[in-house]
Amino acid sequence: MSNKLAVKWGLIIAILLGSLYLIYPNYKWYSKPLAEREKLDTLGERPKRMLNLGLDLRGGSSLLLELDVSKLSAKEPLNEAMARAVEIIRNRIDQYGLAETQITRQGDKWIMVQLPGVSNPQRAEELIGKTAMLEFRIVKNDTTAAQKALEKIETTEKPFDDNGLLIPEIAKLVPEGYQIMRNKDGGYSVVTAEAPVTGADLENARVVMMGENGYPEVSFSFNAEGSRKFGQLTGANIGKQLAIVLDNTVQSAPVVQSRITKDGRISGTFTPEEARSLSIVLKAGALPAPVRVIEKKTIGPTLGEDSIKSGLSASFYALVIILLFMMIYYKAAGFIADIALLLNFVFTVAIMSYFSATLTLPGIAGMILSLAMAIDANVLIIERMREEKLLGKPVYEIINLGYDKAWSAIFDSNITTIIVGACLLQFGTGPVKGFAVTLIIGLTVSLFTAVFVTRAIYELILTSNTKEISL
Amino acid sequence: MMLKLLPKTNIDFLKYRKAYYILFALVLIGGVICFFTKGFNMGIDFTGGTMVQVKFDAPVEMSEIRDALSATGAESELQSFGDNSFAISEKSTSSEVGVVQARIEKALDTLNVPYTVLMTNSVGPAVGENMTERALWSILLSLVFIIIYVAFRFSNILWGVSGVIALFHDLFAMLFAFSLTQREIDLVVVAAFLTVAGFSINDTIVIFDRMRENRHLHPKMKFGELINLSINETLSRTIITTLTVIFAVLVLYMFGGEVINSFAFAMLVGCISGVYSTIALTTPLVYTWSHGEMNDGSELNKPAAKLSVAVKREEAAAEGYAPKKTVTKIKRTRRNRK
Repeated sequence: MSNKLAVKWGLIIAILLGSLYLIYPNYKWYSKPLAEREKLDTLGERPKRMLNLGLDLRGGSSLLLELDVSKLSAKEPLNEAMARAVEIIRNRIDQYGLAETQITRQGDKWIMVQLPGVSNPQRAEELIGKTAMLEFRIVKNDTTAAQKALEKIETTEKPFDDNGLLIPEIAKLVPEGYQIMRNKDGGYSVVTAEAPVTGADLENARVVMMGENGYPEVSFSFNAEGSRKFGQLTGANIGKQLAIVLDNTVQSAPVVQSRITKDGRISGTFTPEEARSLSIVLKAGALPAPVRVIEKKTIGPTLGEDSIKSGLSASFYALVIILLFMMIYYKAAGFIADIALLLNFVFTVAIMSYFSATLTLPGIAGMILSLAMAIDANVLIIERMREEKLLGKPVYEIINLGYDKAWSAIFDSNITTIIVGACLLQFGTGPVKGFAVTLIIGLTVSLFTAVFVTRAIYELILTSNTKEISL
Repeated sequence: MMLKLLPKTNIDFLKYRKAYYILFALVLIGGVICFFTKGFNMGIDFTGGTMVQVKFDAPVEMSEIRDALSATGAESELQSFGDNSFAISEKSTSSEVGVVQARIEKALDTLNVPYTVLMTNSVGPAVGENMTERALWSILLSLVFIIIYVAFRFSNILWGVSGVIALFHDLFAMLFAFSLTQREIDLVVVAAFLTVAGFSINDTIVIFDRMRENRHLHPKMKFGELINLSINETLSRTIITTLTVIFAVLVLYMFGGEVINSFAFAMLVGCISGVYSTIALTTPLVYTWSHGEMNDGSELNKPAAKLSVAVKREEAAAEGYAPKKTVTKIKRTRRNRK
C-alpha cells in the first residue's frame, strides 16, 4: 500500500470511528425504557450531543406567539424586548417543569415554543399568555367626578372598543391623572394613572395554600428598591384603598392599615392551579408586552408513533430496494457503491447528533433524497467506467478515467442541489427547515463517501494486482 | 458480462423538438385552464385556519359527523382516513387561534362517541401570509441562483435560462397535478417542489457536462449532432438514476403514511416530468436559441458580434478549438491515459 493510500484509509477509519463515537449516546439513550428517559429528562441528565426527534415523530405541541409591538414601551428597542420576552417565557416554562422545551425567536416579533410530549398545551398556553404586569395603584372612587364616570361605565353595554380602549364619552368623564379599570369580581374602580410600584421590583413569590378567606393566595416580597418604594406608597396612603392590579384588572383592593415595606399578598378566589401559575409568572417577571398565540399545532403521541413507524419502515424498504438493485445491476461496483451509501447514512446521523439536530419526517425525506443523489454520483462514475471498459482499457485506467470524467458532473449537480437547500434553510420554517438541514448535510457527506471513499476502496483492491472488475 | 437495460442508442432527440414545444404549450395551456377553473387546494399552512384530526373509538358515519358539524353553522371540510379517523378542517380568516378548534370539538361531543384528538393545527392568517411569502421567495431565489450557477459553470447564460425553463415546466406539471387531483398543498409539498427542482437540474447538468466535454473532444461536430450524442451517451445513466429514485419514491408513496404521501406524490410527478423536460426541453431550447451553431460563450449573446462568429469559429478550428481553460483539461486526460 502506498503512503498516500494509507493516509486516505487512516482518514476514513478515523472518521468512521469518530462517527460511531458520536452515534453511541443515541443508541444508549433510545434503548432505555421511556419512563427512565422521562425521568432523566426532568433531571436534566439528557446527553447534550444527541439526535432529537421532532414533534411530528414523538408527539407534542408547538405554539407560535406574537408580541404585541404596539403595546411596547417606547424606551425599549424591539430586539431587547424580544430577547427579554423569550427569556421570561423560558423561565416560566422551566419552572413549570417541562423538559426539552425549545423556545426560539422567529422573524421580527414571533416566538416559537415547542413542547415535546405535551399533547394538550392549554396549561402551558395560560402560563405563557399571561403578561403578568403587576402594579400597585391607589383607588380613588369617592370623588363626584369618579362617581359619575363609574355610573356611566356601569350602565354602558360596551364601554371598551375592540382595541381595549375606553370609548370617548366615558374617557372624558374620568378625572385628570386617573383611569378606570375592571375589577376581577365585577364592577370598576377609578385608580391613579401612575403605578408607583410594579412587579419589576419583586424578589420572590410563592403560593400560600390556605389564605385568610379559605382560598389559596400568592405572597410576594420586594427587593430593596421595591421595599423603599412600597413603604413610601403605603406610608403616604394609610386608610386608603390600594389596588393590586394584574394585567390591567384589579385583583383586590385592601385598605392600607399601616406602612408596609417587604411583603404582601394577593388574595382572590384563586384555584390552587391559578395560584401556582400566578406565582410562577410573578417570579419570572412581566412580559414587555402582551403575547398572542397565532399558531398552535398538537400531535398526539399515537399519531407520532404511527407516522414514525410507517415513515421509517417505508424508508427502510426503499433503501433495501436501492441497495439490491445496485448490487444486481452493477455487481462488484454496485456493492462498493452500497458500502458508500451505508457510510453516508452513518456519517449523516453522526453529524446531526453532533449538532443536536432535530429529526423530523420531512428530514427523513431529505435524507432519502441525499441518498438518491449519492446513488446518482455512483451511477455516473460506474457508467463512465463501463464506457472505458468497452474501449478495452486496463483496469486501473478504467477506474481513474471513470472518476476524473464523472467528477465535474457530480460536483455541479450536488452544488446546485445544495443551493436549493440553502434557499430553503434561509426562508423555510419548521418542517421545511428540517428537510433542508438533512439535505445539505447528506449532500456534503455524499461528495465525500460516493467519490472519495469508493475510490479508496478501488485503490485498495488494485493493490492486490486485480486484473478485472465486474461492473 | 454487463447487465444493460439499454443497448447503445443513437436516437435523434432534436428531430421532434417542434412536437416537444407543442406538448409544452399544451401543458402550459391545460395548466392555466385548470388553475383558473379548479384552482388549488391550499393547506391551512398558507390560508390560515384550523384542522383537527380525531379517531373515534367506535365506527361513525361520515354523514353523522357532517350533520353535527353543520349544526354549528360552520363550513368545515371532512376527510376520512379509514380506521375511524377523520380530519376536520376549516379555512378561516379569524385571528383567534383555538376558537374554531373548540367549536369543532364541541360539535363532535354531540355525537356521544368517545374519541381521541390525534392532531390539531391552528394557523392565524398572518402566519399563513408569511408562509406563502417565504415559500415563494425560496422558490424564486433558488431559481435565480441556479441560473447564475449554471451560467457561470458552463459560461453561457442561455444554458442557465434553458435549464430554468425546464424547471418551470416541472413546477408547472406538479402544480397541474395538484390542481387536477385537488390534493392539498402544504409546506411539505413545497419542500417536494424544491427537491424536484434540485433533482431535475441535476439531470440537466449531467447532459450539459457531456456537451461541454464532447465540444472539446469533437470540435468539428455539428451542434445538433453533438447534443444528440451527449443525450444518448448519458441516457443509460439518466434512466438508471431516475428509475432508482422513482422506485424509492414509489415505496414512500405507497407505504410512507399520510404525512409524506403528498410529498411522495409530488416527487413522483416531478421526477417523471424532470426527465422529460431535460431531454425534450432544455437541450432543444439550447439548440434552437443558438441557431444550431456551436456556442461557447459570450459572442453569440451580443448581436453585433454575430457576424464575426463564423470567422472566429474557423480561427478556433485552426487552433484546434481550445480556449485556454480547456487546454489544461485535455492535457490532464492525456496524462491519465498514459
